[in-house]
Formats: sequence, structure tokens, C-alpha cells
Amino acid sequence: MLTWVIRRDLLLAMRRQADVLTTLFFFIIVVSLFPLGVGPEMNTLRIMAPGIVWVAALLASMLSLGRMFSNDYLDGTLEQILLSPTSLSLLVLGKMLSHWLITGVPLVLMAPVLGIQYDLPFSALVVLTLSLLLGTPILSLIGAIGAALTLGLRGGGVLVSLLVLPLYIPVLIFGAGAVEASTAGLGFEAHFSLLGAFLLASLVFAPWATAASLRISME
Amino acid sequence: MLQGSNLECARGDRVLFSGINFSIKPGELMQVRGPNGSGKTSLLRMLCGLTVPSSGEINWNGTSIRSLGADYFSMITYLGHLSGVKDELTAIENLRITSALAGVDIDEKIAYQALQKIGLEERETLLAKVLSQGQKRRVALARLILVNTKLWILDEPLTALDVSAIEFIKNIIEQYLAQGGMVILTTHQEIDIRATVTHQLYLS
Repeated sequence: MLTWVIRRDLLLAMRRQADVLTTLFFFIIVVSLFPLGVGPEMNTLRIMAPGIVWVAALLASMLSLGRMFSNDYLDGTLEQILLSPTSLSLLVLGKMLSHWLITGVPLVLMAPVLGIQYDLPFSALVVLTLSLLLGTPILSLIGAIGAALTLGLRGGGVLVSLLVLPLYIPVLIFGAGAVEASTAGLGFEAHFSLLGAFLLASLVFAPWATAASLRISME
Repeated sequence: MLQGSNLECARGDRVLFSGINFSIKPGELMQVRGPNGSGKTSLLRMLCGLTVPSSGEINWNGTSIRSLGADYFSMITYLGHLSGVKDELTAIENLRITSALAGVDIDEKIAYQALQKIGLEERETLLAKVLSQGQKRRVALARLILVNTKLWILDEPLTALDVSAIEFIKNIIEQYLAQGGMVILTTHQEIDIRATVTHQLYLS
């Protein structure tokens, strides 16, 4: 059942590529704007890089949250999902995973390329990519709760950012912190352990919370 | 057996309907009638378990549908105003996915046959966005042939359908009732469906 939902969402994303590409290009453009604005001072850029890439990833992931349930809501599929005998949490988990595959994975793959703009050393690029690999699924998982709560509301897009961005803060701190720690020569394992813990906690908690929010939104 | 007692639906301060009582047994049909805005869709969504009545109770064989949860969902098929057909998927993909959601895994061949039966021959592999309203409706209705549930809740199933399709759906419903299924439906069209007992529920 989980695979059905994921396959369907990936198929839809393939036929509606504009949605995927806008998120990715938003990420690329935001990250590329900073060197142009701040100037080509290598040391400054190197220090700022992890924070910039991470903030851009948060915004890009948030940009696509609105679409997570709204299309299904508008054409009636969401009613069928809610009335499915399969557990709603499981179906929702499928939607979260496909959201990550569609919006998160391209960011992870693009991050090392963008990191070069900031003259990051190879080891920092690896840590940056790994931290995004651990962190972006958390963004999709937590973001889904906000998307479900604001479903069908006017101005839901702004509201979802107000709801979700504060919850993204720990991920940002430890994601960017891991890269900074590694460039400073300190260990980054603690940061990764914490990100992993966040990931596990949100994997358990977020599908359940999103399912409950969807039921409330659909009343 | 589905039983509703003293159902009330309120939207804010406005009471749409109240004091609705009914009971429907296998082989029986219930038609919900009433003018636009009288709460037909709200009642059907309530009977599905999508919304909670502001007062009253809905019981399936004596147990509240709230406490049955997913067990209840596995016994009903709901077809709403919105047909849940994705424009970017083909008719076959749409049918296979909605059936899978309803807990029936079907292969391409069965989906193909169902679509042929419902009059979508040679349209099976077209994207739903190039289908007409009536054809999209047929894709949604094709699910009725495939699922194996005890109660159908159909909200305006006949909108946008042509005469032959209406006749076909009427036959499917009659066949289903004869096999002991239960059907609750709303429609504005005059349609004469043969059933052992036909309840009429008027909302005003």
C-alpha cells in the first residue's frame, strides 16, 4: 500500500515536472545570490556557506509543502484516502516519503555543486551533503503536519510557513552546525546523532499527527 | 444494517437538518432527496464517517461507526461530488490506484475489462485530462464493479452521464441490491431503481 502511494506520487511528479523543477531552481538561485550580494571574499563565503545552503533548503522544502495535500484535496482523492481501510498514518507516511524523494533528494544531490561556489573543502562538502541527507526528510515529515493543518484555508501558504519554520530551527542549527564543526576540525558525529534522533522521532510522531490533522481539516 | 438515529447537522449557528432517523437493511435502497443546500452531501459525508454529527448516532449492526473505524471503511464505498480522478493519470492508472486505496489490488487486465464494461473502450490509456466530464465520471464509477463492499454511498452518481450510462449504472445498482448490497444515493434525476424496499428520506 505504501508503495502504491509512493509510485502514484512519483508518477504524478514525472508528468508535472514544473513542480519539481521550480523547487530545485529556487534552491539553486537563492544559494547563488549570496556570493553576488556579499562579494567574492573567500573567507567570508566559506564561513557563511553551511548556513546559507541550509536556510535555502528549508525555504525550498517549505515552498512545495502547499502542494503536498492540496491537489488531492481539490480533486476528491483525499476523501478516498481518508476512507481507505488501510491505516491513514501509513498512507500519509507514503506521501511524506514521496515528497522527500521529489523535493528533498534533488536538493541533496545539488548541494555539493553549489558548495563549490563557496570554496568549501572536499571534506566539508561531504559533511554538508550527508547532513542534508539526514535533515531533509525531517523537513518533509514535520512540514506535512503544517500542510495538513492549513489545508483548504485561505492564505494557507503564509500560515504554513509561520507554523513550520520555528519547528525547523533545531534541524537548521544541527545541520549547519555539523558542517561548521567539521571545517573547524571538531567532530561532527554529535550533530549527526542528534539529526538522526530528530529523524527517528519525527518518523514516529509526524505521520500520526498529520493523519489526525487531516481528519480535522476534512470535517 | 446501517441505522441513524436523531441525526443533526449544524454549520456554525445554522442547523441544516435535525431529527433524522432511518435504518437500512441488506437489499434495500435509500434515496435522499431535498433542494440544493438542504444538507444531502453533509448527510452522506456523515454516514461515511468523514464528519461527526453534531448530535445523534450512526450504528453499523449495532456498533457505532466511530468505534469501528477502519473496519467500517472496509465495508463501504463512497463516491462523492468530486470523483477523485487525477488529470495526469490515465484511466487505467486512476482505476487501479483508487481500487488499491479501497483495499482491492487489481492487475491491468481486470482494470481494462472494467473500463470496457463501463463504456470507455479505447480510452483506457488516455490521460484523464483529455476525457470529457461524463467519461471521467465513468472512470470513477468503474470502481463499483470491482470493489466488494456491503454499502455504497453515492452522491449524485448520475451527473454528466448520458442515457446509456445512466441505464448501465441503474443495472449495476439493481444487480448489487439483488445480491444483498445496500445503497444510499442522492440524485436530482427521476430514476426508477428496482429494490425490495426503497426508503425515501426528505431533507428540507
